[in-house]
Amino acid sequence: MNPSSLNAWVATPEIFLLCSACIILIFDLFVSDSRKQVTYLLTLLVLALTAVLSIQSLQQGLALAESGASVARFAFSNMYVADPVADFAKIGMVLGVALVLVYGRGYATDRGILKGELFTLTLFSLLGMMVMASATNFLTLYVGLELLSLSIYALVALPRGAVKASEASMKYFVLGALASGMLLYGMSMLYGATGSLDVHEVASRISQQQYNPILLTFGMVFVVTGIGFKLGAVPFHMWVPDVYEGAPTLLAQLIGSAPKIAAFVFVLRLLGQALEQFGPIWGEMLIYLAIASLVLGNLAAIAQKNIKRMLAYSTISHMGFLLLGLAVHNSQGYSAAFFYAITYVVTTAAGFGILMLLSRSGFECENVDDFKGLNKRSPWFALMMLMVMFSMAGIPAFVGFFAKLSVLRALVAADAVWLAVVAVAFSLIGAFYYLRVVKVMYFDEPEGEQPAIAASADVRVLLSANCLLLLVLGIFPSQLLSSLSLAVKLTAAGVML
Amino acid sequence: MVTLTHYLVLGAILFALSVFGIFMNRKNLIVMLMAIELMLLAVNMNFIAFSQFLGDSAGQIFVFFILTVAAAESAIGLAILVVLFRNLRSIAVEDLGSMKG
Repeated sequence: MNPSSLNAWVATPEIFLLCSACIILIFDLFVSDSRKQVTYLLTLLVLALTAVLSIQSLQQGLALAESGASVARFAFSNMYVADPVADFAKIGMVLGVALVLVYGRGYATDRGILKGELFTLTLFSLLGMMVMASATNFLTLYVGLELLSLSIYALVALPRGAVKASEASMKYFVLGALASGMLLYGMSMLYGATGSLDVHEVASRISQQQYNPILLTFGMVFVVTGIGFKLGAVPFHMWVPDVYEGAPTLLAQLIGSAPKIAAFVFVLRLLGQALEQFGPIWGEMLIYLAIASLVLGNLAAIAQKNIKRMLAYSTISHMGFLLLGLAVHNSQGYSAAFFYAITYVVTTAAGFGILMLLSRSGFECENVDDFKGLNKRSPWFALMMLMVMFSMAGIPAFVGFFAKLSVLRALVAADAVWLAVVAVAFSLIGAFYYLRVVKVMYFDEPEGEQPAIAASADVRVLLSANCLLLLVLGIFPSQLLSSLSLAVKLTAAGVML
Repeated sequence: MVTLTHYLVLGAILFALSVFGIFMNRKNLIVMLMAIELMLLAVNMNFIAFSQFLGDSAGQIFVFFILTVAAAESAIGLAILVVLFRNLRSIAVEDLGSMKG
């Protein structure tokens, strides 16, 4: 094999990220603990450059589409692909990770976890997500997923003296490893059924009836189970609340944001592309997972006093919506789910950002009661939190509403009106616990003396911009929605060519 | 004559054992880590059997990757276990209950 047939330039964003993460790993050894800001700034620079490279890759794809060629650029013997869905997902993931670091810097400094490991492991987890987004082979999908998961297990245990963090990390590790095992077992069955590990090759063998139906069914069930675990869908959700509660808030934000986009693309490749022919079957399985997640997520969140746990159950219900979009298994459903995933990252980043803004050394803002009387202390950030909660509840004029609406539209277009009704009914129940936070902020008296918010200007400005973005995207959603659905369509067409 | 089915049944038994090991075990986290390793080995057995009977080497290459990842995974798992033991002074599964709800 000659090097040019590897086509490695297609993977420029990942190669750049890998090299820079290794450089930061070495560089950080020579930076004293008091000057970790240098590593921090360097990490942000790397993230910005990775985003630029991903945008360039996206533009190349769109230029190819305009000239009528296939948008999919394969590399490493078809193990890796750059197409518009992957590029869009990568831009969203880089943004999500950058927000984690910016919002979490003060929080991490207060808790003594602003160390080199935080930056390098975050970068490696981003690399894992990017590999997942671009993988077109079971092997690359698996390696990307493990790179993401292993980095995050270690990150959760970063506050070494904290019982809760190490316990959360252990639970996450055991259930995450179980999920990987299930997924791998499913992949091995799919491999046995079709004789190939390549996503497109598997799809074409299935459409030519060259497969073993029993092995394939087994494989599909195990793969869906593994995906359910990784997304945290009911009944495979046990780890989600404990990990959110136990992990330091900035890592709860990392777990709750960018990996959701990666998981979306992962499901799209594995189920939407490789098992395209079996859409009705796995679609039905996803529907059961989705309904269970909507029911349990929304009902259990009502009972929570700890806001991180509440957000965990809220994540479970949001994953229900994401799964509903995927379960429709057509390009409208995929675009809706993609839109949902990207906007969810922006919303959840703002929510955790505010939690970290209100925390300080020796005080962890983690109970709903900690928001009491926030309006008196800081009217501006009370308003910002109100916007986040409204967006999560799906109140019109905020982006969460359009994300839910596009999923519902895809459901109705696919003649699944009853599912849309169930989803709306449980979102209404869900609105209760989001609005309770708003009520506590505006109508309850503050408990005791709370000091003023001490966050640096960059965090305040970026957090405000992030929250306002929820409103702006809610008023003008069509631009993002149409670009994402174009990306999904181009990617699907690129596969067929 | 050992057929593909024999290997698949062996793989399934190993896999089922490891799932039981994770869910039924209330005593020791190290046993749980061993069960996770066993699960990956069950998958390896499947891949090698399929690879041999399909005459396709990709499955065996996949096994090398799984083995490598399994090594990394147990390293991280044991590291978390050490941190947990320092904080909790116990590695019993039933002691992992500080968060409820």
